[in-house]
Amino acid sequence: MASHSASLTSAGSQRRGGEKAPAEPAGADKYSVLLPTYNERENLPLVVWLLVKSFEESGNNYEIIVIDDGSPDGTQEVAQQLEKIYGSDKILLRPRAKKLGLAYIHGMQHATGNFIIIMDADLSHHPKFIPEFIRKQREGNFDIVSGTRYKGNGGVYGWDLKRKFISRGANFLTQILLRPGVSDLTGSFRLYRKDVLQKLMEKCISKGYVFQMEMIVRARQLNFTIGEVPISFVDRVYGESKLGGNEIVSFLKGLLTLFATT
Amino acid sequence: MTKLEQWVSTLLVLMLVWLCLVQDLLNLGYSKKFHDVLVPLPVYLLVTAGSYTLGTLGFRLANFNDCEEAAQELFMQIQEAKADLASKGLTL
Repeated sequence: MASHSASLTSAGSQRRGGEKAPAEPAGADKYSVLLPTYNERENLPLVVWLLVKSFEESGNNYEIIVIDDGSPDGTQEVAQQLEKIYGSDKILLRPRAKKLGLAYIHGMQHATGNFIIIMDADLSHHPKFIPEFIRKQREGNFDIVSGTRYKGNGGVYGWDLKRKFISRGANFLTQILLRPGVSDLTGSFRLYRKDVLQKLMEKCISKGYVFQMEMIVRARQLNFTIGEVPISFVDRVYGESKLGGNEIVSFLKGLLTLFATT
Repeated sequence: MTKLEQWVSTLLVLMLVWLCLVQDLLNLGYSKKFHDVLVPLPVYLLVTAGSYTLGTLGFRLANFNDCEEAAQELFMQIQEAKADLASKGLTL
């Protein structure tokens, strides 16, 4: 199986927009979940438990790569315990003290799957959607499948009216300015073919929200195909997630930069 | 061409066409009625765009799904997970 995955990767890096890598027979696919963490000591075991449950129920081959940014709260110790419980072929801890984009690059170097799933480790993204991402990907042989909170029965729990308004407003702005062809540009719950993600990582330079937006914009430029799956986003299970003036400003700066450069 | 360039060039073309028509540079001789509509057209379009924006935002805000069941399901699964992990030897 290892050589089969390797040949898929090298074929993918040579192909241009229109050509498709042939869809792998279902048994050969392996899904690497990249979990960048920072201070997720309480959430990490829960997210891993839900991931294991979801993958075992769907029967897909998987691994979970925890990329910890030097958390001071003991996240790495918890990850090591999980590695003992579930096996080190399923849970890989790869610590790294760097920013998000670099965490993905670092994680991908250790990933042995031919698909990469990125998601948040704070329980806002529920692993139960992963089989739906996989199904959607196979259905359309998509290069990327993106979770959307804004279409179908996607949605959010835990947001007040003001937060929802800001979210819809920001999304509206991205649609008008960037015309991305996906309904949720700032979402970070996605499935990528590994070679596609590698290619995009080479081209992307921004950070945070903007990084997620830039990935999709670049993917469009390179003519990769993108499917969507409605997801539910559950906010503030533990701790607080605030949207401050700073975040809004940096979002706008990032959006305008993408507007002017892509 | 970047999105910014697309916007700027499209707006420039539209503005030039509008100016041409308003000043009647091609000497096509329009009726006064046509001219009366033409002159305030950019403002009308701006107001329309503004209304469309507000209307769309209002609609989308109202239709923003609240995932109550998803949250309940998650809270229950958290309890289940904690119990199962504790039995497997996880210490927090």
